[in-house]
Amino acid sequence: MEKKTPILEMKGITKRFPNVVANEQVDLELYPGEVLALLGENGAGKSCLMNVLAGLYRADEGEIFIQGKRVEINSPRDAMLLGIGMVHQNFMLVDTMTVAENIILGLSDLPFVPDMGTVSKRIRELSERYNLQVDPESHIWQLSVGEQQRVEILKLIYRGAEILILDEPTAVLTPQESKQLNRIIHQMTREGKSAIFITHKMEEVIAFSDWVRVLHKGRLVTVKKTSQTNPQELARLMVGRDVLFRLEKKDRNLGGVALELKDVQAVDDKGLPALNGISLIIRSGEILGIAGVAGNGQKQLVEVLTGLRKTTGGKIRIFGEEKSNKSPLEIINTGVSHIPADRIARGIAGDMSVANNLAMKCYRKPPLAKKGILHPKRILDLANRMIELFHIHTPTPHTHAKFLSGGNIQKTILAREIDACRGLLIAAYPSRGLDVGATEFVRNQMIAQSESGTAILLISEDLEELLTVADKIAVLFEGHIMGIFRSNEADTERLGMMMTGMKEGIGELRD
Amino acid sequence: MIQLVASLLAITLRAGTSLMYATIGEIYTERSGILNLGIEGMMLMSAVTSFATVYYTGNLFLSILVAMLVGGTLASLHAFLSVTMRANQVVSGLSITLFGSGMASFLGQRLGPESNSGYLVGLVGSKFEPIAIPVFSLMPIFGAVFNQDILTYIVYVLLPVSWFYLYKTRDGLNLRSVGENPQTADAMGIDVGKVRYMYTIFGGMLVGIGGAHLSLSYAPGWTENITGGRGWIVIALVIFSMWNPARAIWGAILFGGINAVQFRLQASGTTIPASYLNMLPYLATVFVLVVLTWWEALSKRIGAPSALAKSYMREEK
Repeated sequence: MEKKTPILEMKGITKRFPNVVANEQVDLELYPGEVLALLGENGAGKSCLMNVLAGLYRADEGEIFIQGKRVEINSPRDAMLLGIGMVHQNFMLVDTMTVAENIILGLSDLPFVPDMGTVSKRIRELSERYNLQVDPESHIWQLSVGEQQRVEILKLIYRGAEILILDEPTAVLTPQESKQLNRIIHQMTREGKSAIFITHKMEEVIAFSDWVRVLHKGRLVTVKKTSQTNPQELARLMVGRDVLFRLEKKDRNLGGVALELKDVQAVDDKGLPALNGISLIIRSGEILGIAGVAGNGQKQLVEVLTGLRKTTGGKIRIFGEEKSNKSPLEIINTGVSHIPADRIARGIAGDMSVANNLAMKCYRKPPLAKKGILHPKRILDLANRMIELFHIHTPTPHTHAKFLSGGNIQKTILAREIDACRGLLIAAYPSRGLDVGATEFVRNQMIAQSESGTAILLISEDLEELLTVADKIAVLFEGHIMGIFRSNEADTERLGMMMTGMKEGIGELRD
Repeated sequence: MIQLVASLLAITLRAGTSLMYATIGEIYTERSGILNLGIEGMMLMSAVTSFATVYYTGNLFLSILVAMLVGGTLASLHAFLSVTMRANQVVSGLSITLFGSGMASFLGQRLGPESNSGYLVGLVGSKFEPIAIPVFSLMPIFGAVFNQDILTYIVYVLLPVSWFYLYKTRDGLNLRSVGENPQTADAMGIDVGKVRYMYTIFGGMLVGIGGAHLSLSYAPGWTENITGGRGWIVIALVIFSMWNPARAIWGAILFGGINAVQFRLQASGTTIPASYLNMLPYLATVFVLVVLTWWEALSKRIGAPSALAKSYMREEK
């Protein structure tokens, strides 16, 4: 095995950003027909290293070899010509264009007037061969996240990529879709292609990869053959300490009704029905999980609860008071906190300091403000306290929030929202994209909050998270609640089926 | 009656030509994600320089080249500021308009024999004359369509060609992707900066022709503020046409048409003060724009390129 020439070799890659060293002397080897898992916490430098390979970043030091030959990769075009293709974490797709248009975008050997008929035909052939069903003529915005990912993979295959880089591909998939992705990747490696797979989920490393490389704080910690390691060992290497996989949950006494939804309806941005009569009750001290594939009404549900979207019917009661269609400020004032799904857009103001971001929910009142004048010293004190309490890694409290890693941005939001919370917390995908350490922290914080009497609505795509954190799980599909279970009575398989619209037991599609 | 409609149509097309050039030009620019608010200044500058070229050389062809050069140069300044320097595009565009308007009137005052009045009216030299296309130009009503100057004929072709280019060709696809999602375009191997430079300059050249049409055909000669704010109307017409070059014709016809109607009304000796009539085309454009965007917003079909007026750099959060 070791004697084979690696199809790809990276030697001593160092990449610096202002104030941060993202990669330091990282080596990497990839063999034909194999899958390499790149494991590491948020901010460990996995995506950065792969962006260097894909031509989006330029390394400050280091060399790259393809099939033993030294190469220069200065742009994505160079990478593409060398057969390197990357599926980015945030998909690189133009929403307003069709699947076919996205796939041929930027191709240099395309005729001036492309024959879209031939292109579509070729795409259909490929999607059949690799079992990547998608209609070449539909527009990207019409597709689910899973379908968009298929487009991304098709795009690489269409371009004849030999080395596929997948940046946290399963973060947005249902368990069934993840299994399918695993099959697709292995079909491609059987044909001699190779793949690098970024993740921080241990189960996936074990299920998907041949080799695993662990990064910690920008450095390569270890290289292991996947068959010779186990999740516990990997987790320890990745975080640098032991990680609890099971969370301890004490029995709690539930209080009164904190949130009640009665037949709530709402429409999406296109005016189409998104919530079709949602009825729910959450009591104080209870965590209700919402399971479902993204795009089935989660976004609208969160928005109507936080005052960001108007309902078109039904009633929302918070602590017994009618709160449908109130302004976000009114809802905040009743003690509702919100951890938004889109951290960057709705969770932080990227160009403001971490301290100001932390103060953003309580700056209106004393002690932070007096007669409308802010008190910078007290804001700084508050920020320093929270930074310490929530282990937010930031160079200084004055650093612009956008320069923090995803996990630390999420901790900043969490700190602010928990601090301001007075009884009801709406948390949308709170641990999405976070590493094991940060995930553990976020989950424990939520459990601690519920133990102190807070009602929590937890929206997540991670069934494991729902099963461990939530007390009850409601499955959302096309704006309906398909069913509500106690989390100790539910299982992954059954939830997965309902998430795709199948009624339990019957095994057939709804409508 | 037929005669009235025919003459309205003739004026509409003549008034609409410069708008169509500038609108198509700005559509190319905005499709690449660059908002150029310098159109008014660029049109004035190219109007005065192209007129000066004809005035001194009598060469119409050369004057169009000069107009394109001037439009393209000012646009490349905007491209430099907004792409390379990553300046605020609104500020950069506005300063080009301020510079262009001032410079154009400064140059205009120095044109002509011993001119010190600041106004040089009437063209001493050649201008673009209507060329009647045999047979077609004799059609009732629509004959006017085929009795226009060469620049108008070219724009007839430019409209569908631009539509085809934008939606059916490889380069058009790449252009649209840069305006919609520069990160994706970059990752797909498209040189975002180059595309933005290219179409900002190309758009500027078309805007330049639009300016030249004003001073060489529509209102031959140079007068202060010959554009009458058309550069701003173009910004509205781009939105009106939903960034689709084929629809640019409707906006131009709207503005040009109402202009034609109000001219007619003035000529007919109505009691409505001329100032109010002069306002009509502008008011109508604003009105239609507001109604349209409100309607489109309701149906969520606003076609603005998603990355319009946003600068892009790799390795930046």
